Amino acid sequence: MARQPEGPPPPPTVQKLRIRYAKRGRLRFASHRDLARTLERALRRAQVPMAFSAGFSPHPKISYLGAAPTGAASEAEYLEIGLSIRCDPEAVGAALDAALPQDVAVVECVEAQEGTGSLADRIDTSVWRVELPGVALADLQPALAEFLSRDVVTVAKRTKNGLKDIDARASVTSASAVEEAGCAILHMVVRQGTPAVRPDDVLAALTAVADLRPPLPPRAVREAQGRLDDTGTVADPLGPDRVASTRCQGAHATI
Amino acid sequence: MTGETLYPRLEPLLAQIQKPIQYVGGELNSQVKPWDAAAVHWALMYPDAYEVGLPNQGLMILYEVLNERPDALAERTYAVWPDLAGLMRENGVPQFTVDGHRAVRDFDLLGVSFATELGYTNLLEALDLAGVPILAADRDDTHPVVVAGGHAAFNPEPVSDFVDCAVLGDGEQAVGDITDVVKAWKAQGRPGGREELLARLARVDGVYVPRFYAVSYGPDGAIAAVTRTRDDVPVKVGKRTVMDLDEWPYPKTPLVPLAESVHERMSVEIFRGCTRGCRFCQAGMITRPVRERTITGIGSMVEQGLKATGYEEVGLLSLSSADHSEIGQLAKELADRYEGTNTSLSLPSTRVDAFNVTLANELSRNGRRSGLTFAPEGGSERIRRVINKTVSKEDLVRTVTTAYANGWRQVKLYFMCGLPTETDEDVLEIADLAVEVIKAGREASGQRDIRCTVSIGGFVPKPHTPFQWAAQASAETIDHRLRVLRQAINADRRIGKSIGLRYHDGKPGVIEGLLSRGDRRVGRVIERVWREGGKFDGWSEHFSFDRWTAAAEAELTPLGVDLDWFTTRERTEQEILPWDHLDSGLDKEFLWDDWQEALNEEEVADCRWTPCYDCGVCPTMGTEIQIGPTGRSLIPLTVV
Repeated sequence: MARQPEGPPPPPTVQKLRIRYAKRGRLRFASHRDLARTLERALRRAQVPMAFSAGFSPHPKISYLGAAPTGAASEAEYLEIGLSIRCDPEAVGAALDAALPQDVAVVECVEAQEGTGSLADRIDTSVWRVELPGVALADLQPALAEFLSRDVVTVAKRTKNGLKDIDARASVTSASAVEEAGCAILHMVVRQGTPAVRPDDVLAALTAVADLRPPLPPRAVREAQGRLDDTGTVADPLGPDRVASTRCQGAHATI
Repeated sequence: MTGETLYPRLEPLLAQIQKPIQYVGGELNSQVKPWDAAAVHWALMYPDAYEVGLPNQGLMILYEVLNERPDALAERTYAVWPDLAGLMRENGVPQFTVDGHRAVRDFDLLGVSFATELGYTNLLEALDLAGVPILAADRDDTHPVVVAGGHAAFNPEPVSDFVDCAVLGDGEQAVGDITDVVKAWKAQGRPGGREELLARLARVDGVYVPRFYAVSYGPDGAIAAVTRTRDDVPVKVGKRTVMDLDEWPYPKTPLVPLAESVHERMSVEIFRGCTRGCRFCQAGMITRPVRERTITGIGSMVEQGLKATGYEEVGLLSLSSADHSEIGQLAKELADRYEGTNTSLSLPSTRVDAFNVTLANELSRNGRRSGLTFAPEGGSERIRRVINKTVSKEDLVRTVTTAYANGWRQVKLYFMCGLPTETDEDVLEIADLAVEVIKAGREASGQRDIRCTVSIGGFVPKPHTPFQWAAQASAETIDHRLRVLRQAINADRRIGKSIGLRYHDGKPGVIEGLLSRGDRRVGRVIERVWREGGKFDGWSEHFSFDRWTAAAEAELTPLGVDLDWFTTRERTEQEILPWDHLDSGLDKEFLWDDWQEALNEEEVADCRWTPCYDCGVCPTMGTEIQIGPTGRSLIPLTVV
């Protein structure tokens, strides 16, 4: 007979929290796996009562949504955790934030509200800001215009299975160029899909169409994620939980 | 201005390389002190990749011990992978510390911990990247003092051209003494320059300064004499020994990397030293006597460490953890404390003993029961008597079967081949043993999906052990024995498919042998290999046997010796060994007698439980065995 773990099964999930967090500064060089390990250890240090999967190799219930690439910073990463004891979301957010390295910060922590749907369904687009040190706005603007005028721009993307050609154009729903403190900045809204088009791919496309070659490595920051609506606005994915929770608190107040 | 951060110059390079996270620092529990606040600056290096070096306990301990001193500052540096090293050279970015990203060249001392000799080329690479002359003789007052430590420092002769000094034994107190000397010398305006500083260091207990000892060679190639060149340095340098481990509860706040490392767990050293007397084991010989941490000391280190790190696994570390006098109680009480917290406890590989299965069951009560590792080391009962790790075949099979019966699916067995007096038959017994273990295990567990993994590597004779005189087996011998073993295991597929064989070919062991028992003449070989591009020798994809043999041929032949002379040649009792002036406390006569007894297949007992057999360590070093039981126990932690 197969051996069973001794003792009772782990306590069930009684509450789900959705967390928006940022990776900044030096920790933009952390990979998704690095961040996952860091978050799990920080949750333990913060003594958050995580729910665990059953079996001989119990794992804390955490699901990560599409992670920003290694080397890119982000102000809008999302994850969902399952708790075995109900907690105040704000207190969990604060405790986790205190336990995380300085360059990883909890931006917001809300309770997942019943009937509001999954978090993954609320995210299909990224908003990027890419700093291009050493590139003049006068060079970026025409390159971007050329890129946007095309229907398809094929670039080679490095994948696990070698180089693969992808279209970097179709996923870019809008883009603009500005200048800040003498540095050209590329703002863009990019739909998430498979294969994913990342800032590096768009920059490779600018090289392909206009021979734009940044002298220094660009620095990308994901500023937001969410669902792109018909007006071109990216909706806050935690919005529905926040709205439902306010309503809920309102109901409590009347009791 | 020194101590400036190089990060702004490094950052653009990080965007272009693999796993940049390993170079950014900022690990939990790391620290960056203001440069000017400290009188003495230490860069501590583990000469291998970050993922291997970060979990190293020795380095972590010294990092914390030094940083606790208000007058000292310690930062860490690791071997840089070739992708970044190339960019650093192109862009003029020198070897840096991961904490403050300060140039290694700016530090007063560079401490390098050699757990294995295969890190030597990485030291040369780091010195060169740092802009520090690789030869100690070429350095001036402005360069860091390069200090070697770790087990390999018990024979630092092969790297004596590159290091300024070596510390023998435990480093906790030695680094403090060295800091004091450097601080005073700097405060006095650096009198006498580097030469005077090194002379002062040579008078610190446990510090060996190679330049103050001259080595001459006889016509047979062996050492004729080792003589002091100054009369104010010791004739023989003795090792340091930290007594009362409870007084040294380090690391108190272990480093937690963001990057993946080879040990994704926290470690607590439950005792230091080992007197089991396994004759191949350098660690067991040079770290005597046994000094236990008490059960309560261990309990509080586990508690503090988990709080400080958030790790989900704790390894109870030592050379033979099941030998702790309070281990049974410790396992039970720790498991009780952490019940229901998803915290797992583990022991490293243990001796073959049914009691150790009970222990492992207890420790895994709260977590996984995936794999268990035993280290019989020798394939036959005869060879196990030679190495003094006696266990009968019946006991071995019974122990492993018990493990399967208790729900362990996977048992790993560690062996060595190429041991003194070994024949093919000794190694072939490993196959018999594995087959029997699987048969008995299937029966006892009622499962067919149990597995036994045989992990085997070539034996490398080490200094300060009874086998220091032995002829090392050639790479061909090792490879032949591994081949016949593989064939024997695969002879019966119905059983063989449940047995995994993991092995390393014999070539790297030969080079490790050259570096382990080499003398100062081997330094030229190391330098040539590095100049020709050799580094990361512990990594099979970087190690080049041909480069090493060609360099050995070119550098050693003119001196009348060769690779075989250093490796496969048996030494005589009279020969002056390169490390004879470095004192681990073991009497050379005791070691020789033990070597003779090995050849006669005679066992020697453990002095913890039988009378002292005069290995020499305690009286020479003024130390004593420190073991329990203490009679104390771990009270449950207050529930959070």
